Amino acid sequence: MRQAQHYTRTAIALHWLMALLIFGAFPLGVYMHELPLSPTKLQLYSYHKWIGITILFAAATRLAWRFSHPAPAMPDMPRWQRIAAHSIHHLLYVLLFAIPISGWLMSSAKGFQTVWFGVIPLPDLLGKDKELGNLLQAVHEALNFALLLLVGAHIAGALKHHFIERDDTLRRMTFRYKGGA
Amino acid sequence: MRLKITHKLLLATMLTAGTVSAAELTQLNPAKSQITFVSKQMGVPVDGRFKKFDAKITVDPARPEAGKAQFEIDLASIDTGSDDADSEVKGKSWFNAATFPKATFVSSQVRPLGNNRYEALGKLTIKGTTRDVVAPFSIKQEAGGALFDGSFVLNRLQFKIGEGAWADTATVADEVQVKFKLFVTGASSTR
Repeated sequence: MRQAQHYTRTAIALHWLMALLIFGAFPLGVYMHELPLSPTKLQLYSYHKWIGITILFAAATRLAWRFSHPAPAMPDMPRWQRIAAHSIHHLLYVLLFAIPISGWLMSSAKGFQTVWFGVIPLPDLLGKDKELGNLLQAVHEALNFALLLLVGAHIAGALKHHFIERDDTLRRMTFRYKGGA
Repeated sequence: MRLKITHKLLLATMLTAGTVSAAELTQLNPAKSQITFVSKQMGVPVDGRFKKFDAKITVDPARPEAGKAQFEIDLASIDTGSDDADSEVKGKSWFNAATFPKATFVSSQVRPLGNNRYEALGKLTIKGTTRDVVAPFSIKQEAGGALFDGSFVLNRLQFKIGEGAWADTATVADEVQVKFKLFVTGASSTR
């Protein structure tokens, strides 16, 4: 396949949409689960679940787009850095699916169906099972901790390229990027 | 004359036999009965149930119109599906189960709807508020008794179930679907 010179506008839009949603859902998840039961808590849980399912659909769209629209080559860098960057990208993709799915399953196991935007019900793939629900909660938390580390490394890498190597790695993920084409 | 008396006796015997032979059911079998409900939280249906309830029932499944029923539901026995919510709904803004431990329903009338369906009219009392409710149900004859299966919509705010911030129906809907399956047996049957 011909190597692309730059990211498509759709790929860039999906990347930043994803970033925005994750930066919304993550702190919301951390904050809401310690709250005492209140209408606000029920609302925040719903919003969190709605964002999570949106991330899942956006991730599917993004992966499909990525397969049909290859990413541009990475700038020159040591082999270990290339492997690290690729591994982080792959793992991030895995988590973009695994985290919402673990949350969805956890909700079903805890007996609270996920209804996207309060309108579109997602099927309960698991029956109500308290212990399984608690297990899935632990999985959901662990995966999110992994996400935190990976996103940290992802951002650190982007900033290193931008400010230390002074290459186009970060810039090409912006809409204004004209180089390379 | 003699004949007339015999006639009268016969008639009386038949009448008596008529009432006695009616298969009256009087015992609620709690193990085979359930009272459940579905509330809507943020548009999501959530199942719950009451684990403890009792009833005084006298009903002939062949003539349910003449039946009488009185229910007592132990509100502290609620199972909402999460521990958080269980303790919350026993509190003052919901059932205030410490002050009003029981919900009661007393039937006043049973009307046939046709096709083996009936509706029970009666007074439902929760948290010191009494309202008329109408609960449609069906009857299924089973070995040893009959299953009364029905449901009705309870408007929780009419009974002040969920006050203050919880009165917001956008979070928890006003309408709560209450479903009952009651297995009632004859007096001799073991519970």
